Amino acid sequence: MSAPAGAWEVVIGLEVHAQLRTRSKMFCRCSTAFGAPPNSQTCPVCLGLPGVLPVVNRRAVEYAVRTALALGGRVNARCRFARKHYYYPDMPKNFQISQYEEPLAEDAALEIDGPDGAPRRIGIQRLHLEEDVGKLVHEGTLETAAASLVDYNRSGVPLMETVTRPDLRSPEEAAAWLRAFRAVLLYLGVCDGNMEEGSLRCDANVSLRRAGTDPLGTKVEIKNLNSFRNVQRALEFEVRRQAQALDAGERLVQETRLWDADRAATRSMRSKEFAHDYRYFPEPDLPPLDLDPAWLAAIRGDLPELPRARRQRFVEQYGLPAYDADLLTQSRALAEYYETAVRAHANPKALSNWIMSELLRELPGDDEAALARCPVPPAHLAALVRLIDEATISGKIAKDVLVTMLRTGEPPTLIVEREGLVQVADAGALAVLVDEAIAANPRAVEDFRRGKAAAAKALVGAVMKASRGKANPAIVDRLVQEKLSRG
Amino acid sequence: MIERQDVEHVARLARLAMDEVELERMRQELAGILAYVDRLRQVDTAGVEPTSHAVPLVNVMRDDEVAPGLAPEAALGNAPDRRDGMFRVPRILEDG
Repeated sequence: MSAPAGAWEVVIGLEVHAQLRTRSKMFCRCSTAFGAPPNSQTCPVCLGLPGVLPVVNRRAVEYAVRTALALGGRVNARCRFARKHYYYPDMPKNFQISQYEEPLAEDAALEIDGPDGAPRRIGIQRLHLEEDVGKLVHEGTLETAAASLVDYNRSGVPLMETVTRPDLRSPEEAAAWLRAFRAVLLYLGVCDGNMEEGSLRCDANVSLRRAGTDPLGTKVEIKNLNSFRNVQRALEFEVRRQAQALDAGERLVQETRLWDADRAATRSMRSKEFAHDYRYFPEPDLPPLDLDPAWLAAIRGDLPELPRARRQRFVEQYGLPAYDADLLTQSRALAEYYETAVRAHANPKALSNWIMSELLRELPGDDEAALARCPVPPAHLAALVRLIDEATISGKIAKDVLVTMLRTGEPPTLIVEREGLVQVADAGALAVLVDEAIAANPRAVEDFRRGKAAAAKALVGAVMKASRGKANPAIVDRLVQEKLSRG
Repeated sequence: MIERQDVEHVARLARLAMDEVELERMRQELAGILAYVDRLRQVDTAGVEPTSHAVPLVNVMRDDEVAPGLAPEAALGNAPDRRDGMFRVPRILEDG
């Protein structure tokens, strides 16, 4: 294992909060839709008014169980909710309903590729359910604000908290793990993975220790990591900061630091006194869960193929390079898109190339919604590649056709026919064009006769241009060679 | 025995301001409660499973269905201060 910070080994653990894709909140029936006007999706339960009774959303439990089982975790069929007390205006009850001593699941893991390409198993200590808190808007900055404004629409939205073991060894690896974890959530359909809207949020614990030693160093928690890039940059900054301090013989303090993306630095959050005195106790308003083994088995039986397994299968079944398989399996929607296309036209590598080099330039491959809206359905892309394979159009023309397909949503055959793009493969018609090209380019002909074989290319190019790209290049090439050699 | 500083600590966590008289009264009341709990602890509970609920219920769950809640105006009904449809609260972090 490399030690990026010189003699120091980097030890990182992540805490990820994923908003579960339910329609209603965790303990009440308010909508979870994003972007509604402030305080328009609240009720006495999620506003924490006295005398209300929360009731658990079954779908949220199902989604968390699905995730835990997909990651090989041990589901605690018997588990409880607990109150976590702290005083902050984003939480109207002054406690958050969470899970503490009896989390929903423990001892899961998610494998990623290590620096040497070998698989690395990153342990997941626990996975539990809790409710989200409201959203604070500060007047001015957090430090200078005279007042804060609170929107409780998000209060009570179901969250799944996943805590990894301190198994990650570099900022890159932490970002890679988070990407892999997000992909799993998308495959499972339990979270939309939208980091900008806060559906997926990450905190990181990082410490350094002398390479080759066991005891963990003083750890620092970094908050506010709302993109993969920020996870990596914040951790890189923090590793440097800690290494410099330790190299200078300073002692680090255990603290929470906030990542400031604009200043590209972490800074200490003024620690609230007693901040970690949460006084957990079992939530008296929620009876414990004692999940039915048959339900758990049904959820397990329903698990989809996960990204890594699918990637492996793509390599074996379609003969794709690992690079292609990795890109194509980044989301379930993209993998399905690819497989649907391959079923329609069995040229796996060509379809992979077209998706990677053309389609993904137009839309993000990890955006399920964008893929679902893609104006070029997989059958159309398959038809396009078939037109090339059957020599009806050239690859160059095909690119133009795809541009139109993306714009109009029409099938390629229709566009090719309407715009008269069918490749000219008629040797007789092409011979006329070749003769014209030879007559118009005496210099190239002379060069060729003096032994410059490359001069033939100029003639082929001239013919292609004259045909506006519609000539079959292989036939043109053959004709040019024949005519020139014949003298 | 509960000390005055324990009461101060808990009051601070709950953001409750208490004067001397209140602190002492609260200390005595909490001491009474703790003494009662101490008596309960003397009961032999070997073989009794811990419980957090008096009713023998498990798995009280509901379907994931949306129902209308409060109108924003009603939700903000008790807000001491508001702006732009949001609750307005004093600054969050204490000085120092």
